[in-house]
Parts: sequence; C-alpha cells; structure tokens
Amino acid sequence: MSSVLFFIAAVGVISGAVGVVILRDPFYCVLALVVHLISLAVLFLLLRAEFVAAVQVVVYAGAVMVLYVFVVAYVGGDSEAMGERLRGPGPAGSGLRLGGAILGGALLVELLIALLGTGLSGIEGRGAPYSPGAQAFGTPAYIGKLLLTRFLLGFEVASFLLVIAAVGGVVLARRRREGGQQDEADVLTPLQLLRPSGTGTMAEGVGRRP
Amino acid sequence: MSIAWYLAVSAIVFALGAIGVITRRNPLVVLLCLELMLNGANLALIAFSRMWGNGDGQILALVVMTVAACEVCIGLGMIVAIYRRNLPIDVDEMRELQG
Repeated sequence: MSSVLFFIAAVGVISGAVGVVILRDPFYCVLALVVHLISLAVLFLLLRAEFVAAVQVVVYAGAVMVLYVFVVAYVGGDSEAMGERLRGPGPAGSGLRLGGAILGGALLVELLIALLGTGLSGIEGRGAPYSPGAQAFGTPAYIGKLLLTRFLLGFEVASFLLVIAAVGGVVLARRRREGGQQDEADVLTPLQLLRPSGTGTMAEGVGRRP
Repeated sequence: MSIAWYLAVSAIVFALGAIGVITRRNPLVVLLCLELMLNGANLALIAFSRMWGNGDGQILALVVMTVAACEVCIGLGMIVAIYRRNLPIDVDEMRELQG
C-alpha cells in the first residue's frame, strides 16, 4: 500500500516539477507547483513527517502560492516558454537550451552518485523503527519540543528573519511618487523631534516662536 | 519503500529546478524553480531524518521553508518594483544594477 502511494506521489512530484520548468504561461507554472507541493506533502507523510507535511500544505501550497498568483495576475506574466533567444531560429538559442539541459543532466547524475553511491547501510532500509504514539517521531508535540529546547536559537533567528523579510517586502513593493524621490519636507527625522518646534522658520528670526 | 527511492526523487527534483533556473528568463518562473530546488533539498533532509529516526532533519526542513518564504517575499517585492518602473520583466534585460 505504501509503495503504491509512493509511486503515485512521486509521479505527481516529478510531473509537477517538469510542468514548472516547461510550461509557457507563468500562471500554469504556479498551478503545476501547487500539484508538486501537495504530492510532496504526501511523500513527507510517508516519511512520518506529519507536522512538516501539514506546514507544507498550509504555508507553502496555501499562503506562498496565493502570493505568487497575486503577483502573476498583477504583473500579467507575458508568455514565454524558454525565451525567444532560446527557442528562436538561431543556432545559438537551441545550443544554450541544450547546454542547460546537459548541465542539469550532469548535475542529476552527480547527485545520484553522491546520494546513492555512499554505501550507507541505512539507505537500503526502511528507516529507523517507529512506534505510534502521542509524542512519536514527527508529530507536532515532538517538533515543538525540539524547537523550544534544542533549537531555540534557530527558532528565534528564523522569526527575526521573517520580520526582516516582511519589512523588506513592504519597502520594496511600496508605491513611489511620480517624481521618484520623496519630498524632504515629508520625511520625519529624529532631529525634528529633538528640536523645538518652529526652528529655522521666519518666526524664530523675529523672536516669536509659535 | 527504501529511503533510496526518496533520495532519487529528491535528486530528480533538484536537477529539474536547476535546469529551470538556468534556462527560464521570466524572474517569476526562476523563483518558482528555486522553490523546486529547495523542495528537493527538503525531501532529502526529511528522508535522512527518517533514516536515523532523528528529528534534526525535520527542524532544518522547517527552517528551509522559512527561508524560502522570506526569499519569495523579497523576490516578489523586487518583481513588483521592477514592474512599477516599467522595466522589462526578463532576467536577460536586468543585468545592469543601475536603477
């Protein structure tokens, strides 16, 4: 049963990945990635990573993909498959594409040799013994305990990184003025809070501060 | 299924993502292919975690997901900023750093 499920999910994972790489419309690429992510969550479940699978579906296939769909709809992704230069009539185009595919194939062979040729005895097995339970391997309780004890620093660093990324995303995507530069008068600096009000105005010159 | 099958799938997904990053020109799709590579790495991490019966790999996979979410946030913000400036959305055209 689990091997049947594995092959179904693996076909979904790989076909979703192929779809992302070769589909012409960016919108379809995002949909192919959703198929890929959900199939990948099934593989995670087969590997007893229940919490990671749930996070994968909720955060990745839910939130991140919605962000992608919004941006694709906003930008209006112009259809390009492998690019005109790559699919164009010139011999250089197909050469570049072929080069990319050869490079990817070489990378695949290298990875397979590195991963499967290690001679680790555990690779051929089905993994460590597993017994179901409330605090078993991969459950939310197990992951939460690890995150709040052994990996507390990593947890905090990740949350800090998320804050930085959220602020950076807002700053990058905010609407700019027509002129490009912001008016100096509108920018509130710390100096303005320290100075008494009316500093540098004509009223100060005649000795009448408001 | 033995762990080797999962590792093979993760290697295939990683290589496909690398091909996409090399050959595609739309930065949105390049980001999607980057996600593929991260997911391939995540699958390998979780497979090894299962192999040893140790939760460290799953924690690292969660951290990778966090970093991927941050990367998507910044990358999409940059794409929106590029679009607002009416520049072409194409990685070949965007090779100069000057605004």
